[in-house]
Amino acid sequence: MRYLPLTPDDRAEMLGVIGAGSIDELFVDVPAAARRDGFVDLPMFAGEMEVERELAALAARNVSAGSAPFFCGAGAYRHHVPASVDHLIQRSEFLTSYTPYQPEIAQGTLQVLFEFQTQVAALTGMEVANASLYDGSTACAESVMMAQRVTRRERAVLSGGLHPHYVATTETLARAEGMDVVHLAAAIDGEDAVIAAIDAHTACVVVQTPNVFGTVTDVSRIAAAAQAAGALLIVVTTEAVSFGLLRSPGEMGADIVVAEGQSIGNALNFGGPYVGLFACREKFLRQAPGRLCGETVDAEGRRGFVLTLSTREQHIRRDKATSNICTNSGLCALAFSIHMSLLGEVGLRRLAALNHQRAREVKAALTGIKGVEILTPRFFNELTVRLAKPAAEVVEALARKGVLGGVPYSRLAPNAGLDDILLIAATETVTAEDIAALKTALTEVMA
Amino acid sequence: MSMMNTVGRPTAPVAASDHIPATLTGGRGLLQDEALIFELGGWDKTGVDLPEATDADDCLSGLLRDSPIGLPGLSEPEAVRHYVRLSQKNHAIDLALYPLGSCTMKHNPRLNEKVARLAGFADLHPLQPVSTVQGALALIDRLAHWLKTLTGMPAVAMTPKAGAHGELCGLLTIKAAHEAAGQGHRKTVLVPTSAHGTNPATAAFVGYSVTEIAQTADGRVDLADLEARLGDHVAAIMVTNPNTCGLFERDIIDIARLTHAAGAYFYCDGANFNAIVGRVRPGDLGVDAMHINLHKTFSTPHGGGGPGAGPVVLSAALAPFAPAPWVVHGAEGLELLEEAVGEAGAAFGRMSAFHGQMGMFVRAYAYMRSHGADGLRQVAEDAVLNANYIKACLSDLMSPAFPDGPCMHEALFDDAWLEGTGITTLDFAKAMIDEGFHPMTMYFPLVVHGAMLIEPTETESRGELDRFIHALRVLARAAKAGEAERFKGAPFHAPLRRLDETLAARKPKLRWRPEAKAPRAGQ
Amino acid sequence: MRFTQDHEWVALDGDIATVGITSYAAEQLGDVVFVEIPEVGKTLSQGDGMAVVESVKAASDVYAPVSGEVVEANAALGDAPETVNAEPQGNGWFAKIRISDPSQVEALMDQAAYDAFLASL
Repeated sequence: MRYLPLTPDDRAEMLGVIGAGSIDELFVDVPAAARRDGFVDLPMFAGEMEVERELAALAARNVSAGSAPFFCGAGAYRHHVPASVDHLIQRSEFLTSYTPYQPEIAQGTLQVLFEFQTQVAALTGMEVANASLYDGSTACAESVMMAQRVTRRERAVLSGGLHPHYVATTETLARAEGMDVVHLAAAIDGEDAVIAAIDAHTACVVVQTPNVFGTVTDVSRIAAAAQAAGALLIVVTTEAVSFGLLRSPGEMGADIVVAEGQSIGNALNFGGPYVGLFACREKFLRQAPGRLCGETVDAEGRRGFVLTLSTREQHIRRDKATSNICTNSGLCALAFSIHMSLLGEVGLRRLAALNHQRAREVKAALTGIKGVEILTPRFFNELTVRLAKPAAEVVEALARKGVLGGVPYSRLAPNAGLDDILLIAATETVTAEDIAALKTALTEVMA
Repeated sequence: MSMMNTVGRPTAPVAASDHIPATLTGGRGLLQDEALIFELGGWDKTGVDLPEATDADDCLSGLLRDSPIGLPGLSEPEAVRHYVRLSQKNHAIDLALYPLGSCTMKHNPRLNEKVARLAGFADLHPLQPVSTVQGALALIDRLAHWLKTLTGMPAVAMTPKAGAHGELCGLLTIKAAHEAAGQGHRKTVLVPTSAHGTNPATAAFVGYSVTEIAQTADGRVDLADLEARLGDHVAAIMVTNPNTCGLFERDIIDIARLTHAAGAYFYCDGANFNAIVGRVRPGDLGVDAMHINLHKTFSTPHGGGGPGAGPVVLSAALAPFAPAPWVVHGAEGLELLEEAVGEAGAAFGRMSAFHGQMGMFVRAYAYMRSHGADGLRQVAEDAVLNANYIKACLSDLMSPAFPDGPCMHEALFDDAWLEGTGITTLDFAKAMIDEGFHPMTMYFPLVVHGAMLIEPTETESRGELDRFIHALRVLARAAKAGEAERFKGAPFHAPLRRLDETLAARKPKLRWRPEAKAPRAGQ
Repeated sequence: MRFTQDHEWVALDGDIATVGITSYAAEQLGDVVFVEIPEVGKTLSQGDGMAVVESVKAASDVYAPVSGEVVEANAALGDAPETVNAEPQGNGWFAKIRISDPSQVEALMDQAAYDAFLASL
């Protein structure tokens, strides 16, 4: 078996050294009733060729995003990742290394994390960032838990523009901790509505910009209102490329910024693995979840990097930890950092501008189509349209015409009563031909 | 004779002196030093060719960024150099036996990487119409079948993104089940003293208080202590099996029986599943919920700290409360149930956006298909064999924490054998680095003094095992012979010496700032 | 100075008790990197969690050796946690408490008793 180096001779000799007559003797502690001879319901081993054939057949049953005009967003975005990124993350020393607990032999990983933290802090406009969390939605949930620890208050207010999956994830965690979670009604352009909901028990308000409907909001008024009431402002971004065009949440007064980093360096991967970005004010650092990488020196005075402030974490603090997290999203954070290093500020700004331009082109193409009303007042690369027919049906009809035309809001929130709402994203990967195909297909479907 | 090449030069090394001069720049042969990207300059540079774009829409006025971000760019050649140089400073499974106990550092098959990158998996949006992703749903379904069959459990929650996330999922399921049965007054979780830190951290996160269960002298859960602590106030126990000492809990069936009799659930931490996969089904042991670390038992790469995946197998009693979404068989093919309605109405909620770590699912499934049921059984046997071989070959020099009887897939030593040498477990571990090996897990589990937990896994050849054993034996003899300097100052030959973690914690410097002047090698 | 079995010390001046951790505790902890000091105004009962001392690898709870109200906390430790290692029973104090029950102090170990206690560990 190609991944098992021991030969039958090896095994026999090793048993002799151990002093056991058979491998079964080493399993002596397993209760007799629980010992199994085999599994009838599972196949036996297969060679590479056979496994590859099966996987390829499964993959072939899917319509990949690149094979059709593609306009799906809603929290995951298709961007072009330079070839060198995927090549570099597959280097043995990055792919097959462990968490850098032995820093002397992990400076590769640690320096990348330090660079990553710097990049995330700069992009979000915040003082400090961590070494990544699982994804944007769990980062959002963790930030609410952190607000509870910092303010010692029990109420979280979630805006009507927050991604419904993020709402659900946050509710799951926050309610387990006994918090009171208020979720405002879905609103295309309603992040400000959280202001009216702030009271003396509010630990945090959570707003998203661009929000799930694509609307961009200046959150400075919300920041002022939250801070006046002693609550924290948590700003969520699901499209990291937007940091290249829009004023950063930090500049607008955020206390904590969480984001989905998938757009930079990482493929769509049907929803995972992704990478959660987390940044906050330095004064809250000791309450922050996740790993932190810090600079120091070695015994010879050379600069090096180590995981630090570990006493917040589960392996030391156990039941008093700031979170139960044990992994970050290491390889995905590496991919993000490599892509970001290739882009630089100059490249990111250009990329963001391109995304916005494509969205404007989509808006122009869809304006005037019967049964299609464009709702998003201020957008980055995602638009919301209201359709004269249920959006889910329209999307299926578009798919039959070979166009992946967006995400119906009802897919994210079936009970919101917004079945006529369609979310359409346009990144730099969208071509003029794609937009023309969308226009043609949508016109036909809505006729 | 014609003299065609008259350039004379010695072709064998001349007698060398003992003096090894330091290099002039700080470089050391193949090992390059490497600055931060922020020190390489390139503030106005980009390594990605993108066309210019038109101006932003007026609707965004007042919302546009008007201050610099402050991030440099690198051309592709510079970026490749930067990251390749950095990679050289990492140890990795691909370099040598990586003996981290409880981490299962097995070989990461490259076929898994290849198939995960097929466009039909990698270039798939989670919210595309379900009719366009039937192959992806089929893969998740098949993987779920393998996980359920291998563990003997009827249901599995696929979405948790890591082991600790799986523990959270399991406890939330248990909490929901208790509440539905009017047992919401149960607020305590029992955890052995040897438990991994994520266990009590997760329990506390979910709002439970944690009480510890004592351990017997032979490293197992103290059944009498467990029985005394069970009661109407206990929601669940969290037990790892094989446990963190690398031992199979002989009384596991009684542990489950007592727990159930007290009306509590049995959560099993599946981190050590590699020892028993294909030979034992946790469902047969009475487990109600168990997370499986796909990045441990099922070979998905550790990636320097993640991403992982932690699906949770569930008993019939807990299955109705599993979080959304689920892959189900519908009338017209596979469907994704994303809301807690109908048959899924009791779900406790969502663990994260979208549907789970698909990238890790593809890799784990390829691994399972490659091994098959017979191959997986061999995996467990070879893992256990390798650990016992190491234990047998080191027990004369080092002190096994539990010398009687076999261990499972990992061998635990304490620091009794170092007594009187002045050398600690930490010092010994750092000296291993000089000999070319990543240290074993140190100081865990907490119940053993100066713990050294060695897990070779099954993907090690006899040759590599013997190489590792030899290194530890010579080091152990050196320690006992009082060669303290070798250990106290180690490592000497790694890219860096020991690092000042006190300084890092006292004066946290978590990002590069323009005014900082960092020492460059050789300057 | 009086001592507890959890290695806290108490120095009483009138009704104000200055408290901290002993040299033994500081040595056991290793390099102190952070101290979470109590809030001024907080009322503590003897044995309540009062502070947390962090080294790189551990976080230890420090318990109130006496009951009373916190009237001052050593904010200087924020910038200089190493003071706890350098002068644990001096400038490395954690808090000053206005005690509510003087008999609690008298019941604690004196230096001789604490030294004997340490010898027995």
